Amino acid sequence: MSMSTLERGPISTGAEWTFELIEQYDHAIHEIAVNEFHLDTYPNQIEIIASEQMLDAYASAGLPIGYPHWSYGKEFIRNEQAYRKGARGLAYEIVINSNPCISYLMEENSMAMQALVIAHACYGHNSFFKGNYLFRQWTSPDAIIDYMVFARNFVLQCEDRYGHEQVEELLDSCHALMSHGVDRYRHPTPLSIAEERDRQREREEYAWRRYDEIWRTVPGRGGAGAAKARAAQQFPTEPQENLLYFVEKYAPGLDSWQRELVRIVRKTAQYFYPQAQTKVMNEGWATFWHYTLLNRLFDKGLVDDGFMMEVLASHTNVTTQRGFDQRGYGGINPYALGFAMMCDLKRICEAPTDEDRAWFPDIAGGDWIKVLDFAMRNYKDESFIGQFLSPRLMREFHLFAVADHEDEDELVVDSIHNEAGYRRLRRLLASQYNRDNQVPDIQVTRFDREGDRSLTLRHLRNRKRPLDGESQEVLKHLVRLWRFPVRLETCDDNGQVLQIKEVRP
Amino acid sequence: MSIIIDRRLNDRNKNAVNRQRFLRRYKEQIRKSVGDLVARRSITDMEQGGDVNIPIKDISEPSFHHGSGGDREYVNPGNRRFNTGDKIPRPSGGAGQGQGNEGGEGGDSEDSFTFALSREEFMSLFFDDLELPHLIRNTLGEVRDFKWRRAGYTQTGVPANLSVARSLRNAMARRIALGAPLKRQILELQAAEAAEEEIEAVRRRIERIPFVDEIDLRYRHRVKEPQPISRAVMFCLMDVSASMTEDKKDLAKRFFTLLYLFLTRKYEKVDLVFIRHTDDAEEVDEDTFFHDTRSGGTVVLSALKLMHEVMSARYPSDTWNIYGAQVSDGDAFGADPEKSRSCLVEQLLPQLRYFAYIEVPDHEHRASPLAHAYQRIGSDRFAMKSVTSRGDVYPVLRELFKRETTV
Repeated sequence: MSMSTLERGPISTGAEWTFELIEQYDHAIHEIAVNEFHLDTYPNQIEIIASEQMLDAYASAGLPIGYPHWSYGKEFIRNEQAYRKGARGLAYEIVINSNPCISYLMEENSMAMQALVIAHACYGHNSFFKGNYLFRQWTSPDAIIDYMVFARNFVLQCEDRYGHEQVEELLDSCHALMSHGVDRYRHPTPLSIAEERDRQREREEYAWRRYDEIWRTVPGRGGAGAAKARAAQQFPTEPQENLLYFVEKYAPGLDSWQRELVRIVRKTAQYFYPQAQTKVMNEGWATFWHYTLLNRLFDKGLVDDGFMMEVLASHTNVTTQRGFDQRGYGGINPYALGFAMMCDLKRICEAPTDEDRAWFPDIAGGDWIKVLDFAMRNYKDESFIGQFLSPRLMREFHLFAVADHEDEDELVVDSIHNEAGYRRLRRLLASQYNRDNQVPDIQVTRFDREGDRSLTLRHLRNRKRPLDGESQEVLKHLVRLWRFPVRLETCDDNGQVLQIKEVRP
Repeated sequence: MSIIIDRRLNDRNKNAVNRQRFLRRYKEQIRKSVGDLVARRSITDMEQGGDVNIPIKDISEPSFHHGSGGDREYVNPGNRRFNTGDKIPRPSGGAGQGQGNEGGEGGDSEDSFTFALSREEFMSLFFDDLELPHLIRNTLGEVRDFKWRRAGYTQTGVPANLSVARSLRNAMARRIALGAPLKRQILELQAAEAAEEEIEAVRRRIERIPFVDEIDLRYRHRVKEPQPISRAVMFCLMDVSASMTEDKKDLAKRFFTLLYLFLTRKYEKVDLVFIRHTDDAEEVDEDTFFHDTRSGGTVVLSALKLMHEVMSARYPSDTWNIYGAQVSDGDAFGADPEKSRSCLVEQLLPQLRYFAYIEVPDHEHRASPLAHAYQRIGSDRFAMKSVTSRGDVYPVLRELFKRETTV
């Protein structure tokens, strides 16, 4: 701590904020985040908004602009009602994965809270958006705002031209399939005509070089040929998991504007896909950084004790993890788990115990900034927990796993935080964040293009877990898009079809 | 460096449009809830906004989810007493894992979705689709409605009214008209093998013809036309005789309150005439009608007669749409019901557009003497309904003043 900064004293005292102060704090935090800790961020755009505007932002899932739909109205009414009754507070901020990174700050926040939010959102979340592989792969922050503007105008135009009922019905149906409208793996980029021609030529050349008259005389097996012919008719040749994409490309009766609407919903779903996969990491990372950055501000003497007390009070609220039997328990708090894991990684680097050395030989005693950065860039919740959850944290959280098996009358405690249970416990917790455990595995297996144009979906049961009652409704929505019969086959682990539901238009 | 923007002054009601969509979509459910609400209200705050409920299952958005059953494991924090292999009785109530990821949403699991409607929203839902039947626009007196009507094209106007298609068509015609002789001239010159400069000069003349000239411009012309206006009067006839108990009067007043709100809200120009009667009728003002107490015997005919007098004095039926609504318990004696019926059928109905009789009977299923007499009126301008509880008032009003679908 140098004398000069000490003499300068805190940037501000008291709870009032002004735009000049926000700028000064932002400057001070930027200084630490970028120069000391090397966080790589998009430029920041900080917007101050009122509470009603925060409610607005909630309803559109955080995007500053969205296409109109009644479900957003429902969400808005629900939030507004809860807020008016005092049942729910509002978030201090909302941050948007865009470039520049837009963060909304509430005008009701005190100065300390504004600084906390700047550190949390503008440097924490922002650097996560820029660094994490899922966001890099699946979102284009440069374009998202423009795309949403386009989407909104397009939807409004369609409403004018085709009537709002038609548009609404279509969007309803698309929303029902939204969770099955994301790609998890990149499609190969389509070949250009020249590449296609080259490949064709290479193959012919190869066949010509390998040509041997003798093979022509070997009698072919008819059965194999017939199977091949059947396989050739099968469409799609591979099962497709992105139902919305399949509808967009192949639904027999959709007009081009309808396909475009399907595409808009699909793109929106895809944009939010990384967020759902990195909740723990994203919040943990942001919380870790607001904690670290603001403590550093305090160490430099730029903020006073009162400021720090307020920040810590709020920080503690956010990172509280209640036990399963306590009031208000709502599952594992992603802020708490994420923050604890980030801090734990830092600890493992700085002060490893023998246990840490045994569990994390690669990182124990390493440079914590590099280790954290690496983890942030290359993991999602499932793999992050599977890789980095330490026995020490499992003990601190008193984690235990309960098995709920259909055939048993009672629940059984599967494993607890002891030597025998650490690995299994970690694996189970990680798999809890696996998307397959949250979203049923439903894929398109057959589109009868030549016949009755029916669509066949296959639901592969995840450990005997059935679909809930809503699935019938969802199928009706799919039929509305598809316009021809849709079948849903439920298969067990061996691929044996157990049940077939069929919905006809 | 960061950019800091003050957005507080921006539009705060971005979601108003989504809210409207929500209300529009669930109009039926909301209206049902509004009807329930009105039945519970006191007459004085009938027109306030209010909280409405709609069942949550009606507004859910379905998606593919895992249902309960099958095998799964949950990791929870806060273990203090369990060891591996311990058995825990399955919590009753179905799913039995209020602890997993789904647990977080537990707070919202109510059966109905409650929210507040503003006064404006409430009223528009309430009286949506209601109208005065057989209303005819029959007079040009007191013209207040104007309508813009298109009336061809003019050569002058404001740029906003410019008809591009028309203007360009004129321009093209002019270009062809001016250019054709010159083109012909070129052909002739070419045929005569004239000097190149000469042809070039003509060609330049063609090029100088402007693409659009001021004389081509045409503007859409619109004129303001007076609209015939529909003048209407509603006669409210209420029985306040001794046989009308406090409960019945409450029902009657509820009906008239709703009718009053409906008419004043939907129609700018509706006159209301309030007539109350015991054994003799009097015309009263709005305030007295709704709030004053009076009691006595019953002569229905007196009210109808008074109505007839007022009509002939102030509301000639050739320039007014005349409506009547009568509320009574129908407890009339002797010749009164028959006389009332004939007075209604012979003197009033021919001049009326619509007359509604609403009975608040003592016994739900027994027709009163008056109702008995009225039953024999066979006219599409007459309707009769009975109201026995607060909950009936609003549905009956809706039924009586339902918008006609044959338009």
